Amino acid sequence: MTVYGAAPAPPSDDKRWRIVNGTMRKNGSARHALIETLHTVQSSFGYIDNDAIRFVARSLRVPLSHAYGVVTFYHYFSLKPPGKHTLTICAGTACHIKGTGTLIAEAEKYLCIQQGQTTADGKISLMTARCVGACSRAPVILADGAVSGEVSREELIAQLERWAVE
Amino acid sequence: MTLEELEQIARDVHRENGEFDYQINVCTDLACASHGSDSVREALAAAAQATGKNVLIRKTGCMGPCSSGPMVRVDPAGTLYHRVPTSSAAKIIESLGSAPVAELQCDLNDHFDSQVRVVLENSGYIDPEKIDDYIERDGYKALVQALTEMEPADVVREVTEAGLRGRGGGGYPTGLKWSTVSKAVGDIKYVICNGDEGDPGAFMDRSVMEGDPHRVLEGMALAAFAVGASQGYIYVRAEYPVAVARLTTAIREARRRGLLGSNICNTPFTFDVEVRLGAGAFVCGEETALIASIEGKRGTPKPRPPYPAVSGLWRKPTLINNVETYANIAPIIRNGSKWFHDMGSERSKGTKVFALSGRIRNTGLIEVPLGITLREIIDRIGGGVPEGHTFKAVQTGGPSGGCIPAEMLNLGVSYDALLAAGSIMGSGGMIVMDDTSCMVSIARFFVEFCMTESCGKCIPCRAGTAQMYRLLTKICNGEATMEDLNLLVDLCETVKETSLCGLGMTAPNPVLSTLKYFRNEYIDHIVNKRCTAGVCKIGQVEEVMA
Repeated sequence: MTVYGAAPAPPSDDKRWRIVNGTMRKNGSARHALIETLHTVQSSFGYIDNDAIRFVARSLRVPLSHAYGVVTFYHYFSLKPPGKHTLTICAGTACHIKGTGTLIAEAEKYLCIQQGQTTADGKISLMTARCVGACSRAPVILADGAVSGEVSREELIAQLERWAVE
Repeated sequence: MTLEELEQIARDVHRENGEFDYQINVCTDLACASHGSDSVREALAAAAQATGKNVLIRKTGCMGPCSSGPMVRVDPAGTLYHRVPTSSAAKIIESLGSAPVAELQCDLNDHFDSQVRVVLENSGYIDPEKIDDYIERDGYKALVQALTEMEPADVVREVTEAGLRGRGGGGYPTGLKWSTVSKAVGDIKYVICNGDEGDPGAFMDRSVMEGDPHRVLEGMALAAFAVGASQGYIYVRAEYPVAVARLTTAIREARRRGLLGSNICNTPFTFDVEVRLGAGAFVCGEETALIASIEGKRGTPKPRPPYPAVSGLWRKPTLINNVETYANIAPIIRNGSKWFHDMGSERSKGTKVFALSGRIRNTGLIEVPLGITLREIIDRIGGGVPEGHTFKAVQTGGPSGGCIPAEMLNLGVSYDALLAAGSIMGSGGMIVMDDTSCMVSIARFFVEFCMTESCGKCIPCRAGTAQMYRLLTKICNGEATMEDLNLLVDLCETVKETSLCGLGMTAPNPVLSTLKYFRNEYIDHIVNKRCTAGVCKIGQVEEVMA
């Protein structure tokens, strides 16, 4: 039988780990708090790295494989740090019909990366979303989370240019 | 909290609101917000202060016609303004007491006339972050009434007699589900609200959760009372941060008012709700997968039976309903089952909220009595397709649904009629397509969606959707033969018959329905190597395998 000792120490003395610990404590460090805790890690750090997975898994006493499985199962969790800015292009049905495919291709061409990647200088991440629920304004993009609707190719490029010269 | 206390709050709020000469409601739902409604609201507030007029400015949930945002409604006259720029704020304030600002007024009578608002009755009228606004519009009355005057079995009977069917898409009779859970043996039961609106092209649940969150909580509390549960969970997509925030606020406010928590209304009934975040997996809309996700696991479905009604969350009897289903409960209890039963068609009662989008003039959120024809929705409420284009099809039910062609527009919208037409009601996304849309490409879009969203647990779905996608890519690319088409049909049948859960079982629907009504487009791609809509770049369509 395994005897569990004190809670494991966080991977670093970064203060954000306190927020993560707070979420776990709020849920009584129960195993079912895994997804909630991972959400806190992602919102605090922007992504979930291996150290974080290991720490959360040990703290909640779930097998590491289980925790890793959960992180990789859900699209919302990211194992890589995001760029300074994130451009999310909605690829839902309404947006698809209104030509979001062209927008994605244009953004990929402009940034020289594929969707899901970050530029080499770490400035811009290009993501696609499954549907942000603003279908009435398709095609929709999110520039660092701010929604713009009925976006043209020119507007999209202008946004990227603003970020590029920052 | 007693009924008298509740009515006192309502009266107080009513009196306080009445002290203002005018009430200006500004829609701050996502679409209007993206048009800049927040700055419109601030400008209105500043202008009102400058003129010293006695105006209440309220931020509300979705008013409906999202394409005309930002929407502003001035009460008590009910003057509706659309496309309000920040610069017009002063003009609107100035016009109070005299004639409305003509150039901003909108004529949306056709849009609103055939709608009946039950679920959306408060949306656009209340501040979603104020519980008292909800109480003023008869909120929580049904809960207090049920707790003090009804037995749990009475609530189940009312819901059963109302004829409400699950609004998540399947259309399972809600009363029957409630009765199964209430009869299930066990001292601990759970109530879950499915707010994992994963269908691309659907945003009804988001608008309800954001615009009128207490309605969902009240529905859940009534359900918990009816089935004997004391703990509820709302599972919301993490992609809807505003909905999460509004629900969290609503839960806190309801606890403060004693409408959630222990011994609600001085009765033994105890009920509390927690929000659980989804993490971007479409399959979690399936009930057993959703339960796994709440338990902190990968969201993979389980074979049923046992159904969640018998063995669900932590193996306890669990009631799972969709957001819109719960949103219908309070009005049913308040107005009686007969009132609800009188709306709708033969076997589909009540109203349904649809998210109208795509190639149509008035996009947005609508609520119509079931049985209404598709033509009425698209031509009258939606205002038809843009000038110079012809209507081709309407897609309902998202990746599990199908496309309905122009010649079937007189179809009355009901669970059974849509199913017979090869589509499904679904959660309520309605995407209109015109001559600029290629139906093969649409089918491929949905199959790609299902392929990437397949959880991988069962082979028919995991491998089948991938092969379907490859065949459809070949067709789009003009490389396919008629044999490929036959193979595709064959594969569709296999995936449909043998998949474990709803995701796989319905994944072939978009293909089968487009094949049924738009077979000529498939043939055009295969034989003539041509895409009439000009969507597929023959020879350049790439296969993207995740």
